[in-house]
Amino acid sequence: MAANLRLWLAACAFSAAALLPGSVASAANTSEVNPRGLVLSLSCSSCHGTDGKSVGLIPPINGRSTSYIESAMLAFKSGARYSTVMSRHAKGYTDAEIRLIAEYFGRFSRNK
Amino acid sequence: MKMSHKISRRDFSKLLLTGAAGASLGLFGTPSKAFGASKRVVVIGGGFGGAAAAKYLRKLDPSISVTLVEPKAVFHTCPFSNWVLAGLRTMGDISQTYAVLRNKYQINVIADSAVAVDAARGTVKLKSGMVLNYDRLIVSPGIDFKWDAIPGHSEALANTKIPHAYQAGAQTVLLQNQLHAMRNGGKVIICPPSNPFRCPPGPYERASLIAHYLKAKKPLSKILILDPKDKFSKQGLFKQGWEKLYPGMIEWRSGVTGGKIVKLDGTTMTVTTEFGEEKGDVINLIPPQKAGKIAFDAGLTDASGWCPINPVSFESTIHPGIHVIGDASVAGAMPKSGFAASSQGKVAAAAIVRLLQGKVPASPSLVNTCYSLIGTDYAISVAGVYKLTADGIVEIQGAGGLTPMNADADQLKEEASFAVGWYNNIIHDTWG
Ligand SMILES: Cc1cc2nc3c(=O)[nH]c(=O)nc-3n(C[C@H](O)[C@H](O)[C@H](O)COP(=O)(O)OP(=O)(O)OC[C@H]3O[C@@H](n4cnc5c(N)ncnc54)[C@H](O)[C@@H]3O)c2cc1C
Ligand code: HEC
Repeated sequence: MAANLRLWLAACAFSAAALLPGSVASAANTSEVNPRGLVLSLSCSSCHGTDGKSVGLIPPINGRSTSYIESAMLAFKSGARYSTVMSRHAKGYTDAEIRLIAEYFGRFSRNK
Repeated sequence: MKMSHKISRRDFSKLLLTGAAGASLGLFGTPSKAFGASKRVVVIGGGFGGAAAAKYLRKLDPSISVTLVEPKAVFHTCPFSNWVLAGLRTMGDISQTYAVLRNKYQINVIADSAVAVDAARGTVKLKSGMVLNYDRLIVSPGIDFKWDAIPGHSEALANTKIPHAYQAGAQTVLLQNQLHAMRNGGKVIICPPSNPFRCPPGPYERASLIAHYLKAKKPLSKILILDPKDKFSKQGLFKQGWEKLYPGMIEWRSGVTGGKIVKLDGTTMTVTTEFGEEKGDVINLIPPQKAGKIAFDAGLTDASGWCPINPVSFESTIHPGIHVIGDASVAGAMPKSGFAASSQGKVAAAAIVRLLQGKVPASPSLVNTCYSLIGTDYAISVAGVYKLTADGIVEIQGAGGLTPMNADADQLKEEASFAVGWYNNIIHDTWG
């Protein structure tokens, strides 16, 4: 089982270990969505709505620029910004992953 | 791997072109048909995992045709069903239908049950006799109960007198009617199951919200939780909330202090524990659980009674080409929750899109949060972010965790409003 896991780990494209800043073409500059950025960003939709378009009391994140999402996530991660739950989530991502997430949502925004 | 790996010559050269990534594709089950020829995905179960996977498949790659098999025309969500018991929501409020998935996302929703899966041929047989062909299959059937685990209990008794209310719908209504009919001063006994089970905080949120109802309508009543376990999810936070909002009303008895039940007598409404007998006016016995029946019939379960999977794509380690998500799967450190099922559904959908294009899936990232309402304006939460390591799906250290103990009233109130925000968004994200 463990051997299989190691193989699977090695097999996935854009694995977390291989992910260094700049090592993958950033989604903001290409029309193709970064597959790892996509998978990371799908984690937000249960709370923030499909594509970040909230229909409820949690703030929407669609239409926000890459830099807005990135700096908000980093502030939640460091604890500089108060939150009920976001800091517990933001701490689960590396700064490089936060960048990918911010670029994913930034694609929908008019201000990059 | 018993499956034949038939890949056309053209597809094979495409595979070679993708180099190392193509080579590692062999680690993922190859569908029985050459990929590229067709992209048909069948999804069994239109709950939190299955409906989300079906919708995201269509959203991520509209060239995939998706068929969703679900017997219920109306799906009642377990999340917020405890709010119904409290009188804070109606059954109508927790009802979902498949109209948007059918009309907007062009998913072929078939109101039927899957009765057999032929993994070698890539077919699913439905109760009506219809046979569906798939290139990839997603199975998200939720849970089934181990009826023989508690002597004296049976499915028939659960349907008439001793509800579990752990699959929402008629069961929720039965429990609610019993609470309404109960005298002031009556005793409600809740018997949570042993691990692992769906929604670890569920029985304790239920105790809180039944207490909310009883405090207002039948304040002399008591709730006794007879638990086979010695600790439970968000225990400190729940106990703090119970003391604040319902002092003296809820008693929790752990396994070592006589909480484990060994027998049920539905006629006299008595449960027997290792320490003695307890009579209840209402008994909410939640039996121990296993993967939904079709997972067994399709040969997807192991000795644990749940389905082992490859955590990159949630593909079965027993039958390639079949992905198991949600409560039925063994997903490492993730709890069995609607949130987790949805996260797994999206990861599986994204992986299947790549696999059907002959590409390797991205490394998964998974997430969970369970909100529990203890009283009006008083909610707590537990969160987790998960990644894949050589030890499987693990929780990322330093992230996630609980609402702090002794949080001020404002924060608990904010969490209660975000619980509603979460519910509305996940419902819309899944069925809307
Ligand atoms: C009281 C309670 C409260 C809860 N609260 C929360 C909460 O606040 N947050 C949270 O995240 N989770 C919560 N949960 C957990 C959540 O309900 C489950 O974890 C979630 O529903 C699992 O999703 P699933 O897709 O695995 O199964 P389900 O959502 O149960 O869906 C399974 C579907 O498959 C269908 N099916 C089964 N067999 C077949 C077949 N052979 N053919 C076709 N269709 C089939 C069923 O009809 C069903 O619709 C709660 C659970 C309970 C009981
Ligand atoms: C468990 C639910 C939940 C999840 C999952 C979640 N969020 Fe949040 N988010 C919230 C809540 C609630 C707030 C309001 C702040 C708070 O109290 O935590 C928020 C606030 C935010 C904000 C600030 C919005 C503003 O208007 O300034 C951003 C940005 C954000 N989230 C991004 C994300 C991203 C990106 C993800 C996915 C990686 C994510 N969130 C996942 C619940 C969630």
